[in-house]
Amino acid sequence: MITVYHYMTVAAILFAMGTYGVLTRRNAIVIFMCIELMLNSVNLTFIALSSHLQNMDGQVFVLFVMAVAAAEAGVGLALMIAFYRNRDSIDVDDINLMKL
Amino acid sequence: MELIFFYLIAIVAVASGFLVIRCQSPVNSALGLVNTFFCLAIFYVMLHAPFMAAIQIMVYAGAIMVLIIFVIMLLNLGTEARKRYTTGVVWSAIASLLVLFNVMYFIKRGRVTGAEGDITSYTVESVGHVELIGKALFTEYLLPFEIASILLLVAIVGAVVLAKKEV
Amino acid sequence: MENLVQIALQNVNMAAILPSLVLTCFGMGLLLINVFLPRGTTRHAVWISVIGLVVTGFFVYTGWGNPQYGFNDAVANDNYTAFFSVIFLFAAGLTILMSDDYLTREGYPVSEYYPLILFATAGAMWMASGTDMLTIFLGLEVMSIALYVLAGFFRGQLRSNEAGLKYFLLGAFSTGFLLYGIALIYGVTGSTKLTEIGIYLNAHGSLLENPMTLAGLVLLSTGFLFKIAAAPFHMWTPDVYEGAPTPVTAFMSAGPKAAAFAAFLRIMEYCFFSLKPEWTAMLWVIAVLTMVIGNVIAIQQTNLKRMLAYSSIAHAGYALVGLVAANEIGYSGILFYMLAYTFMNIGAFAVLVLAGKKGEDNLTLEGFSGFGLKRPFLGVAMTVFLFSLMGLPPTAGFAGKFYIFAGAVKAGYIWLAVIGVLNSAVSLYYYLRIMVYMYFRDAEEDYAWVSLPAAAVISIVIALIGVFYLGIIPGDVMEMAKMAIF
Repeated sequence: MITVYHYMTVAAILFAMGTYGVLTRRNAIVIFMCIELMLNSVNLTFIALSSHLQNMDGQVFVLFVMAVAAAEAGVGLALMIAFYRNRDSIDVDDINLMKL
Repeated sequence: MELIFFYLIAIVAVASGFLVIRCQSPVNSALGLVNTFFCLAIFYVMLHAPFMAAIQIMVYAGAIMVLIIFVIMLLNLGTEARKRYTTGVVWSAIASLLVLFNVMYFIKRGRVTGAEGDITSYTVESVGHVELIGKALFTEYLLPFEIASILLLVAIVGAVVLAKKEV
Repeated sequence: MENLVQIALQNVNMAAILPSLVLTCFGMGLLLINVFLPRGTTRHAVWISVIGLVVTGFFVYTGWGNPQYGFNDAVANDNYTAFFSVIFLFAAGLTILMSDDYLTREGYPVSEYYPLILFATAGAMWMASGTDMLTIFLGLEVMSIALYVLAGFFRGQLRSNEAGLKYFLLGAFSTGFLLYGIALIYGVTGSTKLTEIGIYLNAHGSLLENPMTLAGLVLLSTGFLFKIAAAPFHMWTPDVYEGAPTPVTAFMSAGPKAAAFAAFLRIMEYCFFSLKPEWTAMLWVIAVLTMVIGNVIAIQQTNLKRMLAYSSIAHAGYALVGLVAANEIGYSGILFYMLAYTFMNIGAFAVLVLAGKKGEDNLTLEGFSGFGLKRPFLGVAMTVFLFSLMGLPPTAGFAGKFYIFAGAVKAGYIWLAVIGVLNSAVSLYYYLRIMVYMYFRDAEEDYAWVSLPAAAVISIVIALIGVFYLGIIPGDVMEMAKMAIF
């Protein structure tokens, strides 16, 4: 019998992997993909919970998360293109992401 | 039987997620991500949310991934230089493991609240998932729906402002 | 079908979203009008958006003392929303007034800048007024996406690109945490409405009984603390603030920060009031860390924008003290402090905007030598804003800090108040250093490039009036802040 906890566990693993990817990768596009992975794991959590709780709130939330992800993709990729035009690279080491 | 199927998909999803974070080439990462999206879509079907599964494939695998791959091609990105194993990597590994174990522990120990609503899998099948979502969107979630339109407008204006050579 | 329309219309209450509705209408109208406005100048867009902000302010004013709820409990236009809306409107207005000549000077007279600021302000208002996680989340995203664009607005400048990209990546990252927190809370309570979550958590025992609540609370707070720029989630702040166009930095440090506080405070008070001992303990540590890190690193900075970025981290720490205190004075102190901080910080940034020349190479301490004597008006204004940031009477900063620390003492957090006061003392050092350079160093340049455009001067004068008004007669506004909290 599959319970909601099964789905939530898969989502937690994916979320942690996304976090690891964001913190270790250097290519801004790959970092963005890792963020998408995190958002997707959240979506899985929401839908699993929504179907377990038998109400619609979670699924509607996922719909909006998708809209937000699409909007972020548009703006984020535009920022990357602008950065690439000036720098010829989208390596975040060139941005000094974690400089104190 | 369903459980075996679940584990199969879960393993594929996690393995493709692993590809996303490990592949040297951004295109391979992107393909791994598409694979994860499809696995999640299968999960959504198993969770009686067929509309979300369709949207997942259309919006994520269809629109967002195409956009990402388009940009990868546009910028002509090669493989990423191999990462040195600096202390930063170790710290991030520790940080993400911390997130993982915390969340897993809390999920294992914690519990979600019991079934409360009236949208059972039977309702979804008889009324139709699209209708249920549409009803929720246009009654209960009317304001967020309108805000989402502003959100998309801001994103459009922003993308044009940033990417156009001469405004 | 009839039935559906009926249900939909029942929930519609335009009064509950009136201010943000007016503001977005102005934003969209401005986008359309921009097409017909002359290119190469943004003056018309400035005045249209200022009119928009004033009209919105009028509707905020009429909403005071007349709470409106609507859209199936997704939004509440109460005093709390109104107070924060005023903060956002001032932040946006002062920013817009100082931007006009700056954009022309830097060679980006692009009118789309102003609608984006209006939309960001509307997003902030939805954050403050949201009583459903969904409204708050979408408001946050509208605001953030507009800010990502604004931070990277100077397409040709690498520093601006970097700031936008970094802000985008870390902002989206923090959104992931925020959403995961919301998802877990939804799992525990079965709802995304703040009041329902609060009722459920109040009825169903403690954190230890159901640790998933704790995980949700921690992840949710992480998301908001990222936006507030509290330590240890402050890494993005200095670089983004330094790289973004200066007026955008001014806006980011005041409006969106206040918006994040507004949403955070409402969520904490509506949802987690039954868990107050737990989250105040957590925020105690974060408040101290934030104040100490912000002030200690600010001491080492020689770039003024970067110094103000670290000082804004420290100021977020002071405001978090009010959240830890979690009593009436503490909460209303946060509202008051955010308003005061808006005036003093945006004022300081406005002086920096005027002091810089194209390419902004004048933003170091050295480059400020003798500035106060050569440009007396700007020098005096900067001095007042710095005094206020230090927290010296009779300025707004003093009154704000006084209320917040009084709240902490009243709640029994005497040590926290002591640490806060000590931190203010540390901050004297780097703020005074700016003044030393401004008045006691010989001028190497004559600052001939500094002009005083009318709009920017209006912005500085409004900020000065705000700083003195809140500093000399804080009682009235404090009374309003007390009426505004729950």
